[in-house]
Amino acid sequence: MSRDAILNKVRTALGRNSGQGIAEPPQVRLRVDEVDTETRIASLLRAVEALAGKSRRAATTADARAYVGAVLVGKTAVASNAPFLRECGIVELAGVQSGFTDAAALRALCATADVGITSADYALADTGTLVMLASPAEARLISLLPPMHIAVVPKDRVLSGLDELLTILPRPAEQTSSMVLITGPSRTADIEQILVRGVHGPGEIHVVVVG
Amino acid sequence: MSATFDEKVHTTLADANLQLAIYKATARLIDHRKHAVTAAALPDYQELRTQANALKKHTIDHLDYYLEQFEANVTAHGGKVVYCQDATEVADFVLGLAKERGAHLIVKSKSMTTEEVDLNERLEHHDLESVETDLGEYILQLAHQRPYHIVAPALHLTRYDVGDLFARTLGVANETVVEKQALIARAVLRQKFLAADIGISGANFLVADSGAVLLVENEGNARLTTSAPKIHIAVAGIEKLIPRAQDLAVFLKLLGRSATGQALTVYTSFLSGPRRAGEIDGPEEFYVVLLDNGRTKLLADAGKRESLYCIRCGACLNHCPVYRKIGGHSFPWVYSGPIGAIITPQFMGIEHEPSLPFASSLCGACAEVCPVKIDIPKVLLDLRTEVKQAEERRGVNRLERLVFKIWAWVMCHPRIYEMAARMAAGVAPSENGKWLRSAPAAMNLPPVRAWLSQRDLPPAPAKSFRELWRKR
Repeated sequence: MSRDAILNKVRTALGRNSGQGIAEPPQVRLRVDEVDTETRIASLLRAVEALAGKSRRAATTADARAYVGAVLVGKTAVASNAPFLRECGIVELAGVQSGFTDAAALRALCATADVGITSADYALADTGTLVMLASPAEARLISLLPPMHIAVVPKDRVLSGLDELLTILPRPAEQTSSMVLITGPSRTADIEQILVRGVHGPGEIHVVVVG
Repeated sequence: MSATFDEKVHTTLADANLQLAIYKATARLIDHRKHAVTAAALPDYQELRTQANALKKHTIDHLDYYLEQFEANVTAHGGKVVYCQDATEVADFVLGLAKERGAHLIVKSKSMTTEEVDLNERLEHHDLESVETDLGEYILQLAHQRPYHIVAPALHLTRYDVGDLFARTLGVANETVVEKQALIARAVLRQKFLAADIGISGANFLVADSGAVLLVENEGNARLTTSAPKIHIAVAGIEKLIPRAQDLAVFLKLLGRSATGQALTVYTSFLSGPRRAGEIDGPEEFYVVLLDNGRTKLLADAGKRESLYCIRCGACLNHCPVYRKIGGHSFPWVYSGPIGAIITPQFMGIEHEPSLPFASSLCGACAEVCPVKIDIPKVLLDLRTEVKQAEERRGVNRLERLVFKIWAWVMCHPRIYEMAARMAAGVAPSENGKWLRSAPAAMNLPPVRAWLSQRDLPPAPAKSFRELWRKR
């Protein structure tokens, strides 16, 4: 069997025995700087804009709803089951469909909708990144198939960066089968290094920080 | 074989458009990286490189342990690990699974490992449609070419090439605006994603403590490949392991910056197993193919084992003065540039392309930019030694050996050296102090002529250094 053949070759090459323990792996220093919430939010919004995304600070859930409503005029949208979107009243906006639990139905709608609306489990201030964990609240395809993605994030979810994320979530696999970090709109530079947005994923991304 | 390498090199050097394309693309990537690793952008860059090297060394030195840990964690999350020794075993596994599930259409996201085992061709032989979905890779698949560069696979093609290609193969109007070309590809590939039965990805990292496959990309095609079809198969070399999810704090900061100057690529997917209870979408089956294909051979050589630390960022290609002239297709295998020059002979056997380790000026730029600090020049020198030792065993290239023996002897005898130098100065050209492009008749011996075909001969000085020194 190839499994044993390969493992045996590896052990022989390394001079190790089956079941032999290991030395402690080198420690990784995670640096989590103390950054106050407002500075983080400012950094996040700046980073999103630098990536050609659109960012918005909404003081209240009503403000967030108004902003999303204005972006959605004349468009169809799929919203995730994130409780925060319900809290903001975004699922009741005109043209928005939500509450999907069936993969096929969700996928069919995502394939035709103009906009996908999600919350995010976290956002990373230094890189302008959204962190999406697949769950009953968040499906994978909503932030992927429609040409526009709007993420509405409560302000306490804004972390300083990757190191803080991996400090809070040292083992993401214990919580989800899929953790995706989204940093700006989909892009390619495969032809003559010319930047094109929205080649497969959404070409337009809006990040709304609420609170 | 050697002639083929030389021929390809000369074809590339003679192609002015290609030279410009390579120069521009690599210059841009060099510039992007440079700005991303400055002290202001990433203050602990050098420390991260040291950590990345230590982590890779630790993992590779205990690879059996981490393979088993990874396998146990994938299994615990409902996925399956499949070990494959070579290309045939990978193809057989995919074909077997496709047949069992009645699959016809496969979408693929960029994977050098599947290029390495010619997976598409093998699947197409069995009437499976296997579609590349990364824009660059899709273009290359339509053009029946292999990647020119690890991260910029189609850098040698212009928008006009792509326009012709799309018109010819997709039956669309000849479109030369890049934005529109991307939309054409998006529309064709979107239908493939939605209809595909199986998605095949590579893996940038395999995370042992999580049983997770980590993928970085900018387009979203890897996310679609791993989210839309019912089955996800990740194909990865056994060297891709890292111990813990937390180690990504080191590797992710280095990979995007070294490759394209991005702090993080647009999408980073951390995937551990099939969709779980309650999750709305995602694949129902999850497989990780762990490929040997010569890696264990390489592992046995402690001196060159570090070749397996590579995270495929492509920085060494961009910074290599040789790659920047001879391009990606001159190299005999899918891996090009300095990293290709050290892993190709080790994977395929040194006799496969013995001139490869010599196609380097040993300037050290590759080692300087390598995010995991692989000492590529040192490995190149080791490989050169191996090539020469093999020649000695086979009794070939005796002349070179003799010349170097004489050279060594002369260099060890100052008086004889001086006499030889004076004689050489006598025959060497000194045409008004100009550098000469060709050897005078007296020096027109084949080895000298070959050497001079790429180099200018410096004029002989009126007085040697030794003479000047004595007069001080």
